[in-house]
Amino acid sequence: MTLVIRMLTVYPQTKTYFAHWKDLSHGSAQIRKHGKIVINGIGEAVAKIDDLQKGLLTLSELHAFQLRVDPTNYKILSHCILVVLAITFPADFTPEAHVAVDKFLAAVSRSLSEKYR
Amino acid sequence: MVEWTDFERQTIAGIFAKIDYETTGATALARCLIVYPWTQRYFGNFGNLYNAGAIKINPLIAKHGTIIVHGLDRALKNLDNIKDAYTELSVLHSDKLHVDPDNFRLFSDCLTLTLAAQMGADFNADVQAAFQKFMLVVVSALKRQYH
Repeated sequence: MTLVIRMLTVYPQTKTYFAHWKDLSHGSAQIRKHGKIVINGIGEAVAKIDDLQKGLLTLSELHAFQLRVDPTNYKILSHCILVVLAITFPADFTPEAHVAVDKFLAAVSRSLSEKYR
Repeated sequence: MVEWTDFERQTIAGIFAKIDYETTGATALARCLIVYPWTQRYFGNFGNLYNAGAIKINPLIAKHGTIIVHGLDRALKNLDNIKDAYTELSVLHSDKLHVDPDNFRLFSDCLTLTLAAQMGADFNADVQAAFQKFMLVVVSALKRQYH
């Protein structure tokens, strides 16, 4: 959840995608639920790491045709994920781990943007 | 001119008061060279950058990281006119060092992550927002004199 709050606070332009939610404050139930959905999605990507394009097909179609999220925002969310990792696991988040996660998140972002056009 | 809230001024001053210039700068620059290997192109004379291990213990890189973070002091002392305060440095990076300005963003991200790891829970969303706004202004000032 702190991930979504962090993104909405540091990059207020991302709030435009959640105008239909009543409560965007800290501790909001909708935000908590959404954070879980996003993290689970990333977990799914980890499981399908050897063929992200195929594995994330459904999610890609969702983001392309229904959610229509501008792909720049994937970079923004990826950065926020890295910040949360750095805070939560300072000793384990070595530069080597960082480059691996950054590379993975970039690949996930690419796969999510696959169906856009 | 950039508008800074009191919270932002205090947060930024607070961060710089707490950081250890020697290690933070060194760690951030090493991280940048490891995570974004193409940035190594600017460090041809800096000795052994062969792998992550070598980069992390390279004394020239460590020294340079410290220089860069000290360069941020200029913005800290001139919060109300960062644009002009960086004219000279911008010309240096453009005309002499020939650094692609996108690298400023990459280093800024690495510095943010290094700080996050150091500050832990204190690096909350509002603090992150203030620091990233600061870095965005500095990066923009550094890009201004490119032509």
